[in-house]
Amino acid sequence: MKDKKALAESVCRQIRDIAPDADTEQLDPNDDMREALDLDSMDFLRLIEALSRELEVTIPEVDFARITRLSKMVDYLSARLSASD
Amino acid sequence: MIKTIKMPSFGSDMAKGMVAEWKVQPGDTVHRGEVIATIETMKGLIDMEVFDDGVVEQLLAPVGQPLQVGEPIARLQLTGVADEGVEAETEEHAVITESQPAPIEPKTEAAVSPSNIVEQRPLISPAARKQAEQLGIDWRLLGPGSGPNGALVLADIESREVTPPADSGQQMRQAIAAVVSRSKRDIPHYYLELDIPLAAAHAWCSEYNKGKPAAELVLINALIYCALARALAEFPQFNGFYREDGYQTQSSVHLGNIIKLRSGGMVVAALHDAQLLGAAGMMARLKDQVIRARGGGLRGSEVQDATVTVSNLGERGVDRIQGVIFPPQVALLGIGRVRTVPWVQEQKIVPMTLASFSLAADHRVSDGHDGARLLNRIAALLQQPEQLA
Repeated sequence: MKDKKALAESVCRQIRDIAPDADTEQLDPNDDMREALDLDSMDFLRLIEALSRELEVTIPEVDFARITRLSKMVDYLSARLSASD
Repeated sequence: MIKTIKMPSFGSDMAKGMVAEWKVQPGDTVHRGEVIATIETMKGLIDMEVFDDGVVEQLLAPVGQPLQVGEPIARLQLTGVADEGVEAETEEHAVITESQPAPIEPKTEAAVSPSNIVEQRPLISPAARKQAEQLGIDWRLLGPGSGPNGALVLADIESREVTPPADSGQQMRQAIAAVVSRSKRDIPHYYLELDIPLAAAHAWCSEYNKGKPAAELVLINALIYCALARALAEFPQFNGFYREDGYQTQSSVHLGNIIKLRSGGMVVAALHDAQLLGAAGMMARLKDQVIRARGGGLRGSEVQDATVTVSNLGERGVDRIQGVIFPPQVALLGIGRVRTVPWVQEQKIVPMTLASFSLAADHRVSDGHDGARLLNRIAALLQQPEQLA
Protein backbone atom coordinates (compact mmCIF):
# COMPACT_ATOMS: atom_id res chain seq x y z
CA MET A 1 0.00 0.00 0.00
CA LYS A 2 1.12 3.53 -0.71
CA ASP A 3 2.22 5.71 2.17
CA LYS A 4 0.85 9.23 2.55
CA LYS A 5 3.78 10.84 0.79
CA ALA A 6 3.27 8.62 -2.24
CA LEU A 7 -0.45 9.31 -2.16
CA ALA A 8 0.17 13.06 -2.10
CA GLU A 9 2.46 12.64 -5.10
CA SER A 10 -0.21 10.68 -6.94
CA VAL A 11 -2.75 13.39 -6.28
CA CYS A 12 -0.38 16.13 -7.45
CA ARG A 13 0.54 14.19 -10.57
CA GLN A 14 -3.12 13.77 -11.48
CA ILE A 15 -3.75 17.46 -10.85
CA ARG A 16 -0.93 18.41 -13.21
CA ASP A 17 -2.39 16.11 -15.82
CA ILE A 18 -5.74 17.89 -15.62
CA ALA A 19 -4.36 21.40 -15.09
CA PRO A 20 -0.82 21.56 -16.51
CA ASP A 21 -0.37 25.13 -15.28
CA ALA A 22 -1.16 24.21 -11.66
CA ASP A 23 1.84 24.75 -9.41
CA THR A 24 1.47 21.80 -7.08
CA GLU A 25 4.94 22.40 -5.62
CA GLN A 26 3.72 25.57 -3.99
CA LEU A 27 0.44 24.07 -2.82
CA ASP A 28 -0.16 24.36 0.89
CA PRO A 29 -1.68 20.98 1.88
CA ASN A 30 -4.16 22.82 4.08
CA ASP A 31 -5.46 25.14 1.37
CA ASP A 32 -8.58 24.40 -0.60
CA MET A 33 -7.08 22.96 -3.80
CA ARG A 34 -9.92 24.23 -5.94
CA GLU A 35 -9.18 27.81 -5.00
CA ALA A 36 -5.42 27.59 -4.72
CA LEU A 37 -5.03 25.88 -8.11
CA ASP A 38 -8.07 27.39 -9.87
CA LEU A 39 -9.82 24.06 -10.39
CA ASP A 40 -13.50 24.22 -11.30
CA SER A 41 -16.06 21.57 -10.39
CA MET A 42 -15.38 19.68 -13.61
CA ASP A 43 -11.61 19.67 -12.96
CA PHE A 44 -12.19 18.48 -9.41
CA LEU A 45 -14.52 15.73 -10.56
CA ARG A 46 -11.97 14.61 -13.14
CA LEU A 47 -9.35 14.50 -10.38
CA ILE A 48 -11.56 12.25 -8.27
CA GLU A 49 -12.31 10.12 -11.30
CA ALA A 50 -8.61 9.71 -12.10
CA LEU A 51 -7.74 8.85 -8.48
CA SER A 52 -10.61 6.35 -8.25
CA ARG A 53 -9.25 4.64 -11.32
CA GLU A 54 -5.60 4.72 -10.31
CA LEU A 55 -6.11 3.61 -6.72
CA GLU A 56 -9.18 1.47 -7.34
CA VAL A 57 -11.23 3.13 -4.64
CA THR A 58 -14.80 4.34 -4.78
CA ILE A 59 -15.27 7.93 -3.65
CA PRO A 60 -18.96 8.76 -3.23
CA GLU A 61 -20.10 12.27 -4.04
CA VAL A 62 -21.22 12.96 -0.46
CA ASP A 63 -17.55 12.82 0.57
CA PHE A 64 -16.28 15.37 -1.99
CA ALA A 65 -16.75 18.39 0.27
CA ARG A 66 -14.52 16.81 2.93
CA ILE A 67 -11.55 16.25 0.66
CA THR A 68 -10.93 19.58 -1.02
CA ARG A 69 -7.66 20.07 0.89
CA LEU A 70 -4.70 17.97 -0.12
CA SER A 71 -4.02 16.91 3.48
CA LYS A 72 -7.63 15.79 3.96
CA MET A 73 -7.71 14.03 0.63
CA VAL A 74 -4.56 12.08 1.46
CA ASP A 75 -5.93 11.11 4.89
CA TYR A 76 -9.17 10.05 3.30
CA LEU A 77 -7.53 7.99 0.56
CA SER A 78 -5.16 6.40 3.03
CA ALA A 79 -8.06 5.39 5.28
CA ARG A 80 -10.06 4.04 2.35
CA LEU A 81 -7.14 2.02 1.06
CA SER A 82 -6.28 0.47 4.42
CA ALA A 83 -9.96 -0.36 4.99
CA SER A 84 -10.01 -2.32 1.74
CA ASP A 85 -6.76 -4.18 2.47
CA MET B 1 -16.77 18.70 -60.00
CA ILE B 2 -13.83 20.15 -58.10
CA LYS B 3 -14.34 22.09 -54.91
CA THR B 4 -11.67 24.28 -53.43
CA ILE B 5 -11.40 23.96 -49.67
CA LYS B 6 -10.32 27.12 -47.93
CA MET B 7 -8.69 27.96 -44.64
CA PRO B 8 -11.73 27.93 -42.35
CA SER B 9 -12.64 30.64 -39.89
CA PHE B 10 -13.14 29.16 -36.44
CA GLY B 11 -14.93 32.19 -35.07
CA SER B 12 -15.06 35.87 -35.94
CA ASP B 13 -11.90 36.49 -33.96
CA MET B 14 -9.73 34.32 -36.19
CA ALA B 15 -7.76 35.88 -39.03
CA LYS B 16 -5.09 33.27 -39.70
CA GLY B 17 -4.58 29.57 -39.38
CA MET B 18 -1.96 27.01 -40.19
CA VAL B 19 -2.24 23.40 -41.21
CA ALA B 20 -0.46 21.52 -38.43
CA GLU B 21 -1.14 18.12 -39.90
CA TRP B 22 -2.92 16.67 -42.89
CA LYS B 23 -4.99 13.61 -41.97
CA VAL B 24 -5.53 12.74 -45.64
CA GLN B 25 -3.44 12.37 -48.75
CA PRO B 26 -4.23 12.97 -52.39
CA GLY B 27 -6.33 10.07 -53.64
CA ASP B 28 -8.05 9.45 -50.31
CA THR B 29 -11.83 9.16 -50.28
CA VAL B 30 -13.44 11.34 -47.65
CA HIS B 31 -16.95 11.66 -46.32
CA ARG B 32 -18.87 14.60 -44.98
CA GLY B 33 -17.96 15.20 -41.35
CA GLU B 34 -14.60 13.45 -41.59
CA VAL B 35 -11.57 15.21 -40.11
CA ILE B 36 -9.14 16.03 -42.92
CA ALA B 37 -6.63 18.26 -41.16
CA THR B 38 -5.60 19.69 -37.83
CA ILE B 39 -5.48 23.45 -37.96
CA GLU B 40 -3.34 25.38 -35.53
CA THR B 41 -5.01 28.54 -34.31
CA MET B 42 -4.35 30.69 -31.31
CA LYS B 43 -7.12 28.70 -29.63
CA GLY B 44 -5.01 25.61 -30.00
CA LEU B 45 -5.25 22.72 -32.41
CA ILE B 46 -8.66 22.28 -34.00
CA ASP B 47 -9.77 19.36 -36.14
CA MET B 48 -11.12 20.51 -39.47
CA GLU B 49 -14.02 18.58 -40.94
CA VAL B 50 -14.93 18.32 -44.61
CA PHE B 51 -18.46 19.24 -45.69
CA ASP B 52 -18.80 17.02 -48.77
CA ASP B 53 -18.17 13.50 -49.94
CA GLY B 54 -15.33 13.27 -52.41
CA VAL B 55 -11.80 12.33 -53.27
CA VAL B 56 -8.88 14.52 -52.23
CA GLU B 57 -7.26 15.75 -55.41
CA GLN B 58 -4.55 18.03 -54.15
CA LEU B 59 -3.25 19.46 -50.90
CA LEU B 60 -2.29 23.08 -51.48
CA ALA B 61 -1.32 24.29 -48.03
CA PRO B 62 2.05 23.13 -46.75
CA VAL B 63 2.17 22.06 -43.14
CA GLY B 64 3.38 24.87 -40.93
CA GLN B 65 2.67 27.84 -43.15
CA PRO B 66 0.35 30.47 -41.69
CA LEU B 67 -2.42 31.40 -44.12
CA GLN B 68 -5.19 33.97 -44.09
CA VAL B 69 -8.72 32.72 -43.54
CA GLY B 70 -10.23 32.03 -46.97
CA GLU B 71 -7.01 31.06 -48.74
CA PRO B 72 -7.26 27.78 -50.64
CA ILE B 73 -5.76 24.82 -48.81
CA ALA B 74 -6.91 21.77 -50.78
CA ARG B 75 -8.93 20.60 -53.77
CA LEU B 76 -11.63 17.98 -53.54
CA GLN B 77 -13.18 16.02 -56.40
CA LEU B 78 -16.81 15.77 -55.33
CA THR B 79 -18.46 12.39 -55.64
CA GLY B 80 -21.81 12.11 -57.35
CA VAL B 81 -21.49 15.50 -59.01
CA ALA B 82 -20.93 15.44 -62.77
CA ASP B 83 -17.68 17.01 -63.89
CA GLU B 84 -18.64 19.80 -66.24
CA GLY B 85 -15.26 21.38 -66.15
CA VAL B 86 -16.57 24.03 -63.79
CA GLU B 87 -15.08 24.84 -60.44
CA ALA B 88 -17.55 24.60 -57.59
CA GLU B 89 -16.67 28.09 -56.55
CA THR B 90 -15.40 29.77 -59.67
CA GLU B 91 -14.56 33.06 -58.02
CA GLU B 92 -11.73 31.29 -56.28
CA HIS B 93 -10.11 30.31 -59.51
CA ALA B 94 -8.35 33.62 -59.90
CA VAL B 95 -7.11 33.51 -56.36
CA ILE B 96 -5.51 30.15 -56.88
CA THR B 97 -3.59 30.88 -60.06
CA GLU B 98 -1.19 33.55 -58.82
CA SER B 99 -0.40 32.75 -55.24
CA GLN B 100 -1.02 29.04 -55.37
CA PRO B 101 1.51 27.26 -53.18
CA ALA B 102 3.24 24.27 -54.69
CA PRO B 103 0.95 21.26 -54.32
CA ILE B 104 2.09 18.62 -51.90
CA GLU B 105 2.58 15.27 -53.56
CA PRO B 106 1.43 12.09 -51.91
CA LYS B 107 3.82 10.99 -49.19
CA THR B 108 4.49 7.78 -51.06
CA GLU B 109 6.49 9.63 -53.68
CA ALA B 110 10.04 9.54 -52.46
CA ALA B 111 11.01 12.55 -54.56
CA VAL B 112 9.44 14.90 -52.07
CA SER B 113 11.72 15.67 -49.21
CA PRO B 114 10.04 16.91 -46.08
CA SER B 115 12.21 20.00 -46.03
CA ASN B 116 10.43 21.66 -48.92
CA ILE B 117 7.08 21.06 -47.32
CA VAL B 118 7.81 22.54 -43.95
CA GLU B 119 9.77 25.52 -45.23
CA GLN B 120 11.77 26.97 -42.33
CA ARG B 121 9.81 25.23 -39.62
CA PRO B 122 11.14 22.01 -38.12
CA LEU B 123 9.09 18.83 -38.19
CA ILE B 124 7.79 17.82 -34.79
CA SER B 125 6.22 14.71 -33.34
CA PRO B 126 2.75 15.06 -31.80
CA ALA B 127 4.07 14.18 -28.34
CA ALA B 128 6.87 16.69 -28.62
CA ARG B 129 4.45 19.34 -29.81
CA LYS B 130 2.16 18.71 -26.87
CA GLN B 131 5.04 18.91 -24.44
CA ALA B 132 6.35 22.08 -26.07
CA GLU B 133 2.95 23.71 -25.78
CA GLN B 134 2.64 22.71 -22.16
CA LEU B 135 6.06 24.14 -21.40
CA GLY B 136 5.35 27.30 -23.37
CA ILE B 137 8.20 26.62 -25.79
CA ASP B 138 7.75 27.99 -29.30
CA TRP B 139 9.02 24.95 -31.19
CA ARG B 140 8.86 26.80 -34.50
CA LEU B 141 11.88 28.79 -33.41
CA LEU B 142 13.91 25.69 -32.63
CA GLY B 143 16.42 24.18 -35.00
CA PRO B 144 16.17 20.66 -36.37
CA GLY B 145 15.75 17.89 -33.83
CA SER B 146 17.24 14.44 -33.47
CA GLY B 147 14.35 12.48 -35.04
CA PRO B 148 13.99 11.24 -38.64
CA ASN B 149 14.42 14.05 -41.19
CA GLY B 150 15.44 16.38 -38.40
CA ALA B 151 12.10 16.13 -36.66
CA LEU B 152 11.87 17.40 -33.11
CA VAL B 153 11.07 14.57 -30.73
CA LEU B 154 10.13 14.56 -27.07
CA ALA B 155 13.73 14.35 -25.89
CA ASP B 156 14.64 17.47 -27.89
CA ILE B 157 11.94 19.48 -26.19
CA GLU B 158 12.76 18.22 -22.74
CA SER B 159 16.41 19.10 -23.14
CA ARG B 160 15.64 22.74 -24.01
CA GLU B 161 15.66 25.63 -21.66
CA VAL B 162 12.18 26.97 -21.17
CA THR B 163 11.83 30.07 -23.31
CA PRO B 164 9.19 32.70 -22.55
CA PRO B 165 5.79 31.66 -23.88
CA ALA B 166 5.07 32.50 -27.50
CA ASP B 167 2.99 35.57 -28.08
CA SER B 168 -0.11 33.45 -28.73
CA GLY B 169 -1.53 34.59 -25.39
CA GLN B 170 -1.09 38.17 -26.48
CA GLN B 171 -2.61 37.36 -29.86
CA MET B 172 -5.63 35.83 -28.22
CA ARG B 173 -5.97 38.88 -25.98
CA GLN B 174 -6.00 41.11 -29.06
CA ALA B 175 -8.55 38.92 -30.79
CA ILE B 176 -10.84 38.94 -27.77
CA ALA B 177 -10.39 42.71 -27.58
CA ALA B 178 -11.48 43.09 -31.20
CA VAL B 179 -14.59 40.96 -30.74
CA VAL B 180 -15.80 42.57 -27.52
CA SER B 181 -15.11 46.07 -28.84
CA ARG B 182 -17.19 45.29 -31.89
CA SER B 183 -19.89 43.82 -29.69
CA LYS B 184 -20.09 46.85 -27.42
CA ARG B 185 -19.98 49.21 -30.40
CA ASP B 186 -22.62 47.50 -32.53
CA ILE B 187 -24.92 45.68 -30.13
CA PRO B 188 -27.31 47.63 -27.90
CA HIS B 189 -27.18 45.28 -24.92
CA TYR B 190 -29.80 45.11 -22.24
CA TYR B 191 -29.40 43.09 -19.04
CA LEU B 192 -31.81 41.16 -16.84
CA GLU B 193 -31.25 39.05 -13.74
CA LEU B 194 -33.25 36.52 -11.82
CA ASP B 195 -32.44 34.58 -8.65
CA ILE B 196 -33.43 30.98 -9.34
CA PRO B 197 -33.87 28.50 -6.47
CA LEU B 198 -31.89 25.34 -7.10
CA ALA B 199 -32.96 23.19 -4.17
CA ALA B 200 -34.96 20.86 -6.42
CA ALA B 201 -32.12 20.60 -8.94
CA HIS B 202 -29.63 19.89 -6.16
CA ALA B 203 -31.85 17.23 -4.63
CA TRP B 204 -32.27 15.58 -8.02
CA CYS B 205 -28.49 15.48 -8.59
CA SER B 206 -27.77 14.06 -5.12
CA GLU B 207 -30.37 11.37 -5.63
CA TYR B 208 -29.15 10.55 -9.13
CA ASN B 209 -25.51 10.43 -8.02
CA LYS B 210 -26.09 8.26 -4.97
CA GLY B 211 -23.92 5.15 -5.16
CA LYS B 212 -22.53 6.00 -8.59
CA PRO B 213 -18.80 6.00 -9.36
CA ALA B 214 -17.15 9.35 -10.13
CA ALA B 215 -17.19 8.63 -13.85
CA GLU B 216 -20.99 8.58 -13.94
CA LEU B 217 -21.79 11.56 -11.75
CA VAL B 218 -23.85 14.45 -13.06
CA LEU B 219 -22.88 17.94 -11.88
CA ILE B 220 -25.63 20.48 -11.37
CA ASN B 221 -24.18 22.52 -14.23
CA ALA B 222 -25.21 19.84 -16.69
CA LEU B 223 -28.78 20.00 -15.46
CA ILE B 224 -28.73 23.80 -15.65
CA TYR B 225 -27.42 23.70 -19.23
CA CYS B 226 -30.30 21.38 -20.16
CA ALA B 227 -32.77 23.91 -18.76
CA LEU B 228 -31.11 26.78 -20.63
CA ALA B 229 -31.13 24.92 -23.93
CA ARG B 230 -34.75 23.82 -23.67
CA ALA B 231 -35.92 27.30 -22.72
CA LEU B 232 -33.92 28.85 -25.57
CA ALA B 233 -35.54 26.45 -28.03
CA GLU B 234 -38.88 28.07 -27.11
CA PHE B 235 -37.58 31.63 -27.55
CA PRO B 236 -36.25 32.05 -31.07
CA GLN B 237 -35.42 35.73 -30.55
CA PHE B 238 -32.41 34.73 -28.43
CA ASN B 239 -31.06 31.88 -30.51
CA GLY B 240 -29.64 33.03 -33.83
CA PHE B 241 -27.39 35.42 -35.70
CA TYR B 242 -27.65 39.12 -36.45
CA ARG B 243 -25.81 39.95 -39.65
CA GLU B 244 -25.88 42.73 -42.26
CA ASP B 245 -29.13 41.41 -43.68
CA GLY B 246 -30.85 41.35 -40.30
CA TYR B 247 -31.68 38.70 -37.74
CA GLN B 248 -32.01 35.06 -38.57
CA THR B 249 -33.14 32.63 -35.90
CA GLN B 250 -31.60 29.15 -35.81
CA SER B 251 -33.76 26.09 -35.58
CA SER B 252 -31.54 24.19 -33.15
CA VAL B 253 -29.79 25.38 -30.00
CA HIS B 254 -26.03 25.01 -30.23
CA LEU B 255 -25.14 26.13 -26.75
CA GLY B 256 -21.73 27.81 -26.64
CA ASN B 257 -19.88 26.83 -23.51
CA ILE B 258 -17.01 29.11 -22.51
CA ILE B 259 -14.03 26.97 -21.62
CA LYS B 260 -11.09 28.64 -19.96
CA LEU B 261 -7.86 27.38 -21.46
CA ARG B 262 -5.23 26.60 -18.88
CA SER B 263 -2.68 28.39 -21.04
CA GLY B 264 -4.72 31.60 -20.86
CA GLY B 265 -7.64 32.91 -22.86
CA MET B 266 -10.75 30.94 -23.65
CA VAL B 267 -12.57 29.07 -26.31
CA VAL B 268 -16.32 28.85 -26.88
CA ALA B 269 -17.27 25.29 -27.75
CA ALA B 270 -20.74 24.52 -29.10
CA LEU B 271 -22.85 21.76 -27.60
CA HIS B 272 -24.79 20.80 -30.71
CA ASP B 273 -28.57 20.34 -30.48
CA ALA B 274 -28.34 20.91 -26.75
CA GLN B 275 -32.12 21.08 -26.37
CA LEU B 276 -32.28 17.36 -27.15
CA LEU B 277 -29.82 16.28 -24.46
CA GLY B 278 -30.70 14.83 -21.08
CA ALA B 279 -28.64 15.60 -17.99
CA ALA B 280 -26.37 12.54 -18.25
CA GLY B 281 -25.81 13.11 -21.98
CA MET B 282 -25.07 16.77 -21.36
CA MET B 283 -22.59 15.87 -18.62
CA ALA B 284 -20.75 13.46 -20.90
CA ARG B 285 -20.53 16.07 -23.65
CA LEU B 286 -19.31 18.78 -21.27
CA LYS B 287 -16.60 16.57 -19.87
CA ASP B 288 -15.44 15.34 -23.24
CA GLN B 289 -15.32 18.87 -24.58
CA VAL B 290 -13.28 20.30 -21.70
CA ILE B 291 -10.73 17.55 -22.12
CA ARG B 292 -10.44 18.13 -25.86
CA ALA B 293 -10.45 21.92 -25.59
CA ARG B 294 -7.43 21.76 -23.30
CA GLY B 295 -5.66 18.88 -24.99
CA GLY B 296 -6.31 19.88 -28.61
CA GLY B 297 -8.86 18.14 -30.77
CA LEU B 298 -11.94 20.30 -30.75
CA ARG B 299 -13.73 20.00 -34.05
CA GLY B 300 -14.11 22.98 -36.31
CA SER B 301 -17.89 22.72 -36.18
CA GLU B 302 -17.74 22.95 -32.39
CA VAL B 303 -15.80 26.18 -32.53
CA GLN B 304 -17.92 27.69 -35.30
CA ASP B 305 -21.51 26.77 -34.63
CA ALA B 306 -22.57 28.25 -31.27
CA THR B 307 -25.90 30.05 -31.64
CA VAL B 308 -25.90 31.48 -28.09
CA THR B 309 -23.29 31.47 -25.31
CA VAL B 310 -23.28 30.61 -21.60
CA SER B 311 -20.80 32.11 -19.17
CA ASN B 312 -20.49 30.20 -15.96
CA LEU B 313 -18.39 32.49 -13.81
CA GLY B 314 -20.18 31.29 -10.71
CA GLU B 315 -17.52 28.60 -10.57
CA ARG B 316 -15.06 31.42 -9.88
CA GLY B 317 -17.04 32.69 -6.97
CA VAL B 318 -18.98 35.67 -8.31
CA ASP B 319 -22.68 36.12 -7.70
CA ARG B 320 -23.69 37.77 -10.99
CA ILE B 321 -22.43 38.33 -14.50
CA GLN B 322 -23.30 41.05 -16.96
CA GLY B 323 -21.90 39.53 -20.08
CA VAL B 324 -20.74 40.74 -23.46
CA ILE B 325 -22.53 39.13 -26.40
CA PHE B 326 -20.38 37.34 -29.00
CA PRO B 327 -21.40 38.72 -32.40
CA PRO B 328 -23.17 37.63 -34.54
CA GLN B 329 -25.04 35.98 -31.65
CA VAL B 330 -27.72 38.00 -29.89
CA ALA B 331 -27.68 36.70 -26.34
CA LEU B 332 -25.38 35.58 -23.57
CA LEU B 333 -26.61 33.82 -20.45
CA GLY B 334 -24.68 34.08 -17.21
CA ILE B 335 -24.76 31.73 -14.26
CA GLY B 336 -23.61 33.04 -10.90
CA ARG B 337 -22.30 31.21 -7.88
CA VAL B 338 -24.56 28.61 -6.32
CA ARG B 339 -25.09 30.01 -2.82
CA THR B 340 -27.41 29.72 0.15
CA VAL B 341 -29.31 32.84 1.20
CA PRO B 342 -32.27 33.77 3.43
CA TRP B 343 -35.43 33.39 1.35
CA VAL B 344 -39.01 34.13 2.14
CA GLN B 345 -41.28 31.19 1.48
CA GLU B 346 -44.87 31.04 2.68
CA GLN B 347 -44.26 33.98 5.02
CA LYS B 348 -41.28 32.29 6.65
CA ILE B 349 -37.62 32.97 6.24
CA VAL B 350 -35.87 29.80 5.12
CA PRO B 351 -32.35 29.06 3.88
CA MET B 352 -32.46 28.66 0.10
CA THR B 353 -29.84 27.40 -2.33
CA LEU B 354 -29.97 29.51 -5.46
CA ALA B 355 -27.97 31.10 -8.24
CA SER B 356 -28.42 34.42 -9.99
CA PHE B 357 -29.04 33.92 -13.68
CA SER B 358 -28.47 36.80 -16.04
CA LEU B 359 -29.25 37.56 -19.62
CA ALA B 360 -27.43 40.01 -21.86
CA ALA B 361 -29.46 40.37 -25.02
CA ASP B 362 -29.49 42.39 -28.24
CA HIS B 363 -32.22 45.03 -28.07
CA ARG B 364 -32.43 45.17 -31.86
CA VAL B 365 -33.89 41.68 -31.80
CA SER B 366 -35.75 41.30 -28.51
CA ASP B 367 -37.25 43.39 -25.71
CA GLY B 368 -36.93 43.12 -21.98
CA HIS B 369 -40.34 41.56 -21.79
CA ASP B 370 -39.18 38.58 -23.90
CA GLY B 371 -36.00 38.31 -21.85
CA ALA B 372 -37.96 38.23 -18.60
CA ARG B 373 -40.11 35.42 -19.95
CA LEU B 374 -37.01 33.48 -20.99
CA LEU B 375 -35.44 33.73 -17.52
CA ASN B 376 -38.70 32.73 -15.86
CA ARG B 377 -39.02 29.76 -18.17
CA ILE B 378 -35.52 28.62 -17.16
CA ALA B 379 -36.55 28.99 -13.52
CA ALA B 380 -39.69 26.91 -14.08
CA LEU B 381 -37.75 24.14 -15.83
CA LEU B 382 -35.27 23.95 -12.98
CA GLN B 383 -38.07 23.35 -10.49
CA GLN B 384 -38.87 20.10 -12.32
CA PRO B 385 -35.48 18.55 -12.79
CA GLU B 386 -36.90 15.08 -13.48
CA GLN B 387 -38.26 16.53 -16.74
CA LEU B 388 -34.72 17.45 -17.77
CA ALA B 389 -33.25 14.04 -17.13
